[in-house]
Amino acid sequence: MSFPALPLDKPVLYRVMALLAALLLIPLGNLLLPESSALHFSTYTVSLLGKYLTFALLALALDLVWGYCGILSLGHGVFFALGGYAMGMYLMRQIGERGVYGNPLLPDFMVFLNWQTLPWYWLGFDHFAYALLMIVLAPAVLAFVFGWLAFRSRVTGVYLSIITQALAYALMLAFFRNEMGFGGNNGLTDFKDILGYNLQQDATRDVLFAVTALSVALAYLAARAVVRSKLGRVVLAVRDAESRVRFLGYRVEMFKLWIFVFSAILAGIAGALYVPQVGIINPSEFSPLNSLEIVIWVAVGGRGTLYGALLGAILVNYGKTVFTAVLPEVWLFALGTIFIVVTLFLPDGLVGFWQRHRREHA
Amino acid sequence: MTTPNTPAPVLPTRLAPIRGVLFLVFTLFSLCMPIRTLAANAFGDGLKSIQESALNDLGSRIESFAAVNDPRVTPVLQALLDGRLYSRKADGQMVYGDSGSEGITLRSVMDDTALGVASKFELRKISLNNALRSTLRETIGRLQLNIEDPEQRLKAVLAMRASADEHDLALVRSRQQIETDPRVREAIRLTLALADLDSPAKPLRLNAIESLQGQLDSGIRNRLTALLEKDEEGRFVEPDADIRHTAQITLAKIETRLAMNSALETVFFGLSLGAVLVLSAIGLAITFGVMGVINMAHGELMMLGAYTTYVVQQLLPEQPGLSLFVAIPAAFLISALVGIAIERGIIRFLYGRPLETLLATFGVSLFLQQLVRSIFSPLNRSVSTPDWMSGSWQINEALSLTLNRFYILLFCLLVFILLLQILKRTRLGLEVRAVAQNRAMARAMGIPTARVDAMTFGLGSGIAGVAGVALSQLTNVGPNLGQAYIVDSFMVVVFGGVGNLWGTLVAGFTLGVANKFLEPYSGAVLAKILVLVFIILFIQKRPRGLFPQKGRAAES
Amino acid sequence: MTTLLQKPLDSDEPVVGLHPILYMEDVTVSFDGFRALNNLNLYIDEGELRCIIGPNGAGKTTLMDVITGKTRPDRGTVFFGQTTDLLSLDEPAIAHAGICRKFQKPSVFEQLSVFENLELAMHTDKRVWPTLFARLKGTERAAIDAVAETIGLQNCRTLRAGTLSHGQKQWLEIGMLLMQKPRVLLVDEPVAGMTHQETERTAELLQSLAGQHSVIVVEHDMAFVRSIARKVTVLHEGSVLMEGTMDDVQNDPRVIQVYLGA
Repeated sequence: MSFPALPLDKPVLYRVMALLAALLLIPLGNLLLPESSALHFSTYTVSLLGKYLTFALLALALDLVWGYCGILSLGHGVFFALGGYAMGMYLMRQIGERGVYGNPLLPDFMVFLNWQTLPWYWLGFDHFAYALLMIVLAPAVLAFVFGWLAFRSRVTGVYLSIITQALAYALMLAFFRNEMGFGGNNGLTDFKDILGYNLQQDATRDVLFAVTALSVALAYLAARAVVRSKLGRVVLAVRDAESRVRFLGYRVEMFKLWIFVFSAILAGIAGALYVPQVGIINPSEFSPLNSLEIVIWVAVGGRGTLYGALLGAILVNYGKTVFTAVLPEVWLFALGTIFIVVTLFLPDGLVGFWQRHRREHA
Repeated sequence: MTTPNTPAPVLPTRLAPIRGVLFLVFTLFSLCMPIRTLAANAFGDGLKSIQESALNDLGSRIESFAAVNDPRVTPVLQALLDGRLYSRKADGQMVYGDSGSEGITLRSVMDDTALGVASKFELRKISLNNALRSTLRETIGRLQLNIEDPEQRLKAVLAMRASADEHDLALVRSRQQIETDPRVREAIRLTLALADLDSPAKPLRLNAIESLQGQLDSGIRNRLTALLEKDEEGRFVEPDADIRHTAQITLAKIETRLAMNSALETVFFGLSLGAVLVLSAIGLAITFGVMGVINMAHGELMMLGAYTTYVVQQLLPEQPGLSLFVAIPAAFLISALVGIAIERGIIRFLYGRPLETLLATFGVSLFLQQLVRSIFSPLNRSVSTPDWMSGSWQINEALSLTLNRFYILLFCLLVFILLLQILKRTRLGLEVRAVAQNRAMARAMGIPTARVDAMTFGLGSGIAGVAGVALSQLTNVGPNLGQAYIVDSFMVVVFGGVGNLWGTLVAGFTLGVANKFLEPYSGAVLAKILVLVFIILFIQKRPRGLFPQKGRAAES
Repeated sequence: MTTLLQKPLDSDEPVVGLHPILYMEDVTVSFDGFRALNNLNLYIDEGELRCIIGPNGAGKTTLMDVITGKTRPDRGTVFFGQTTDLLSLDEPAIAHAGICRKFQKPSVFEQLSVFENLELAMHTDKRVWPTLFARLKGTERAAIDAVAETIGLQNCRTLRAGTLSHGQKQWLEIGMLLMQKPRVLLVDEPVAGMTHQETERTAELLQSLAGQHSVIVVEHDMAFVRSIARKVTVLHEGSVLMEGTMDDVQNDPRVIQVYLGA
């Protein structure tokens, strides 16, 4: 371990690799085994689990800022959606002449709006590399500008939460506008293929799942390295006694900004992985409600522990899938109750509860 | 010219605002019933004399018929002039007839009942000659100008202004001597001034133009603009430069006044939007500002208030006005009780942990939304508006204020003053302020802080309910009503400065007016986005809002 | 401002002598009409141990806020050494320049261990990227152990700071100040809530620091002040009422009047 000198203990690395290998069995099962096999996963299941994994990555991102740095962002869905839109724009460009209007130059919705030329901010999205750059850059730049303004003027606590929510709300309204050039109400959809591979094919979906699982594993290791570095300890100290850190000579705002931007990038990547798997991105991803749901995933799993965030996201979303299929009108009751019960009785989430239980019985 | 003279429909309109007026008119009519019956004979006799008259005798008969005091006289004369008055050959009855593709549609002259369709061979038209036509026109004009109801007179004058007929103008001129109603006098003055514009005498014209200063009527503006027009070869239509110059000055003044009026209207719309913002934020200003509690379910408490209005209206159908007054205390009570339940059941365990409070109350908001959706269905419910709240208040030709928004503005101020008084004058208010400033000290002095917390939260929530009643008059009542306002109301509180009710008031109105001034340039959605972005940037500059709390306590 | 952060000042060998290290001249701070500091003049010498006393509201905490950059005065000059204008620096820069502060309420990072608390305080490059890739060197580890011993917490290095006693937390915070290699230590009520023995130990600790560092102690406990003070400054209504030895101060009629009321 010479460079970068970030702490990374081997047992954890092996455990993550084992888990990753287990996850990769899912797409392999879908691809290789016959449908009659007990270990065969349907393509629907693969996509669903892939979606959960992107949510897990998003929860991991939020946990870094909320659980470790004490910044409760009620607008993290924004970064997710920006990453998603960047990927969506690439996928739109891949449709080419296969749209309903068959226009080789413009996406369908622009033809519908009678636009003549492609807006400048769509240029470059024909190239996958450019799209990848934007997936990282768009959320990072927004997080940087917003964070730089907010942290420098020491907006903290609920004020920060409220303005992040306002940010999400403003962007949602903006993306609903047709004039913005992002498909308005309907968003971006009807994707055909990615890097030349048909999105409807099982193999493509399996590869997407594998890429997602790998991304989550890498993001987990990176996040773990960060929180166990000295920077991680500073960030934790900021959460617990911000002004003390400042009087120790650290520029608190820069540390907050760093972790905020890092988190936004992870969220953007999650969004980019989400879009090809669900096949659509629309402005409702910006809605304040979505961002609040991310918070509850983290709260349920246990903020301040990285695997807690991953676990919470998967559990809550599994619950959502089950409820909305069986008893759709009960889901909001359940979600509301989870919010209340977790904050009142499980302040450290399931992981915290389990840890305390284990400590008491140790 | 025909509109004011067609027989008035009795009660077919379904326009709510007119209904009340018509009801009044109808009552008055029924009170006058006996007199009408007497007059009816004179009307019938006059009608008969016209029907039976020879052409050379018709003039004098029209004169005497016109002297009959009956509202049906003018329509008859008008129909005669328009060639729509017939005598039915079969029974000799006088009818109005309107030609169409299927024949002539008949209506009774006596009581305006429909009489079916007839061919022209079944009817005899009462015919006229040119001399009679001009007498008739003059008679009708005189009749209309002498109607007792000033409203009708005004209409007649305006109609004559539009026709600009010389005989009419003469009539108007003679009426000017005896007219007493100020509005009609003003209308007559303007009509004559407009007529003078066409006169050959230059001083008269200049005078007329100047006397049109500050008139907002679009007809007048068009006449003045016409004086400044150029023909195809680029020459002025109006050759006299002095006239053009004066017209230009007068027109400029009119434009200024118009701009002022439209600015006033924007301010009013802004204030009314601001009133909604203030109403929805002010309860939050109490729970957030005074208690430091972030209540994300605040919007849903407003929604409960709106649904309370709906339920009360279901219980008191046909009485939207009364039910509104019942709904205000009912909504206050229900939202306050729900608020107290939230405080006692959840929030009190989370004091000092604002972020957790935020999450827990958000859970409550989801719960309440789904509850309402399950009980009332996810569809929007519409709440009816009482007559006195609909319609608008016409201040002048260019400025009219919608009444419901006007009342909500008043209501908002009323609620604000009431709340201020509660906090200033009552024991509860004193205790609330004491707890807000120093919780530990207040407890040490024997103030039951737990009870005060519950009451404060109840008060804030109750006001949310009252705001919901007001909202129900503006928008549809649905499960998402609260969500639409929660971000806005937080913005208002934060912008105004937490813990400062006046700040909330100023912030709400400022944001409302700013929004409405932006809208014409940017469109409604973009205006909203701009305002949000502005607040986000503003908070960076002044994290404690417009009117921050000062002193040592605020430091921590 | 940034140069201070980039080039850590090495103050290993403090110059002991009677050169003033901190100048405050004509400093005025008002909150909403109330003057917390009023034309205050204060000079602290290098290596001095100075006690500042005064009744509630005399402006003691505001004074510390001004020195550490938390509060900007309306008027006046504050210099550190001959050349550093403290009013142009913000809190981290001032801390980095060598002025460290202990808060009235013990403020340590309760979720971190004693060792980690000291590690974070350590005088080193505190910018973001270097912090991310920072690894402890052997000498740094030794320095942390040495400070842990100075504050008597050598056996608690792995304990979470939250589990320490009140007195231990106060010491840990003083230890964190020492890790910063400060030239001036501002210590706000170090013995509030301490037992008798703890107070005595704290007095010893602070006295041993003087000489190497300038130490400014704000305290209410007169017995404690008497036990450590060489020079005492009395603040009253935002300005210096008098300066002198503890005996001078206690016999001064103005001071007696201020403390006991007219």
